[in-house]
Amino acid sequence: MRLTNRYKVVSDKKMTFAEKLYLPAIATGLGITIRHFFKQKVTISYPEVKREYAPVFRGRHVLKRDENGAERCTACGLCALACPAEAITMLAAERKRGEEQLYREEKYAEKYEINMLRCIFCGLCEEACPKEAIFLTDTHVTAEFHRDDFIYGKKQLVEPVDNRIDVSKRGKPSGRL
Amino acid sequence: MEIAFYVLAVSAILSALAVVFAKSPVYSVLWLILTFFTIAGQYVLLNAQFLAAVHVIVYAGAIMVLFLFVIMLLNLNIATEPVKPVYMRAYEIVGGCVLCLTMVAAIHTSSFEFTPVNAYDNSIGTIEKLGVTLYNNYIFIFEVSSLLFLAAMIGAVILAKKGDI
Amino acid sequence: MLPYIVFKLILVLVILGLTLLIATYSTYAERKIAAFMQDRLGPDRAGKFGLLQPIADAVKFFTKEDFIPAGADRVLFTLAPAIAMSTALMASVVIPFGNSLILNGMEFPLQVANLNIGVLYISGVVSIGVYGIMLGGWASNNKYSLLGSIRAASQMISYEIGMGIAMVAIIMMSGSMSLHDIVQQQAGPIWKWNIFVQPLGFIIFCTCAFAECNRTPFDLPECEQELVGGYHTEYSSMKLGLFLFAEYVNMFVSSALMSAMYFGGYNIPWIEHLNLPHNVETALGSAFFFIKIFFFIAFFMFIRWTIPRFRYDQLMHLGWRILMPLAIVNMLLTGIILLLIQ
Repeated sequence: MRLTNRYKVVSDKKMTFAEKLYLPAIATGLGITIRHFFKQKVTISYPEVKREYAPVFRGRHVLKRDENGAERCTACGLCALACPAEAITMLAAERKRGEEQLYREEKYAEKYEINMLRCIFCGLCEEACPKEAIFLTDTHVTAEFHRDDFIYGKKQLVEPVDNRIDVSKRGKPSGRL
Repeated sequence: MEIAFYVLAVSAILSALAVVFAKSPVYSVLWLILTFFTIAGQYVLLNAQFLAAVHVIVYAGAIMVLFLFVIMLLNLNIATEPVKPVYMRAYEIVGGCVLCLTMVAAIHTSSFEFTPVNAYDNSIGTIEKLGVTLYNNYIFIFEVSSLLFLAAMIGAVILAKKGDI
Repeated sequence: MLPYIVFKLILVLVILGLTLLIATYSTYAERKIAAFMQDRLGPDRAGKFGLLQPIADAVKFFTKEDFIPAGADRVLFTLAPAIAMSTALMASVVIPFGNSLILNGMEFPLQVANLNIGVLYISGVVSIGVYGIMLGGWASNNKYSLLGSIRAASQMISYEIGMGIAMVAIIMMSGSMSLHDIVQQQAGPIWKWNIFVQPLGFIIFCTCAFAECNRTPFDLPECEQELVGGYHTEYSSMKLGLFLFAEYVNMFVSSALMSAMYFGGYNIPWIEHLNLPHNVETALGSAFFFIKIFFFIAFFMFIRWTIPRFRYDQLMHLGWRILMPLAIVNMLLTGIILLLIQ
């Protein structure tokens, strides 16, 4: 089967005199490099010019709050189940009286941890979530000095009340398989 | 000019002595190169720039590079130098004495009457002069020595090929 | 006599400065050209278009730790880059950078020393240059360095022969070993340039010049994939800088030699018909000479980023079994034709 049109048949045939001279080949090679010399450059001067992320970019996770600021996650564990890398662990707890403003559902995640060294950023947790609580954003997981610091807890994952993270551009990934 | 001669001569002798007394063979070769340079300097003083340049190219530039090459490949140093048996020492001493004797005899028999040459005559060491002399007066010796080189080259090829021919 | 000496001193300083400046900016040009050929931008942070990059490089080289490995021969380790650099600089002494300036009725040639053995002087200096690399490689006490230096030595000895014989053909034609005379004989119409008389000789000379400068496709003494850094594996700081810099100075000198010996040097074709004043003609000629030098430096760089490295046996095969016989044939043909013309 032919995969591309740019294949070349390799042969061991004897070189002709012109090929043995080697100089025409040098000229051809120089022609190619000189053509590239005047081509449009592909470099992006990073700090001044930034490249747009693709809309499907999958970066670090965020645990969303609802419009009242209550955490949406109900600790159902579907994300952990869906996770192929088994990066997600959680501990469920029952909502006490007076905590309605903090947690939307009666059950909530007391502990929610994602090991960013295990995570492969596939986005299956996002798909599995029935409460639209977890999303992958376009920010990055930053470098750390210790492996422990890569296990993100709720402190890092839940979005701050006063600084909501917009994931509307991503929407519900229902169209995906 | 006199000063230049003496500086060159003294440094030639000193570096030649250093060749003999240097501990490491690599240093010996380097001192020898310096000796060649001082001799090339003498040639320049005698207005023989061509000889000087050829001397540097052939001796310092080619032959000594090969020497250095071999020494580096063999990685000779003091630790690996084999202990020579006594009879070898004896041979060395006898050989050295014979060489000394020959040189003393040569100096003894040769006359030191110089025929003055105008050292400031620019045409004296030029390629033209040299070529004319070589190809008129010394043509036979010149050709014989070139044959000698040819023989050496063929010998090297045969040694290197060993049985293939 | 005094103005003559003063002029020579100024000329020496100017040529030294120019050589160093051109070599410095060659490093920048090399990086830029390499980048452009690979569809990149290259250094563009230091100054406008990265024009201050060489200065930044120099500052970095000078401030880095100057390290001598424990097993190294300290004297030779320090001496080697100095030899490499000084021999590279010595060669530019005999290159005629221009005709002559007439000031106050006195003629000042734009050449530091018009030796009557100029061409031989160049090959002598080049053959000494290999000691820098050899000693550096040996003194490092590292097998990669040693392999690199041994490669360098055998490569340089092998290609010197072809180069020398190619130069002999030029010497036979001009009847002089002085570079000034060789350039003078190419004055007049453009077909007086030696490239049109000695095209084969030029190809041989050019190839050998690449090999002598240790430039790709013949950069085996320092090929990264096999020998880490080659002869300068153990070098750091400005000692490494001197080695790298010597390569660029060598490149400048070979470019100057090629344009002087084969491309008419400072002669502009048909300029004598314009009846310009002598000094103006000299200035224009020098500018033209430098343009040719820049062209050859750029050519060196284009070749470097185009052609992959030769294998070592291919290198030796090319040097001994192709270039040397070709050079001898070229020399014989030149001799026969010269005899027939006479």
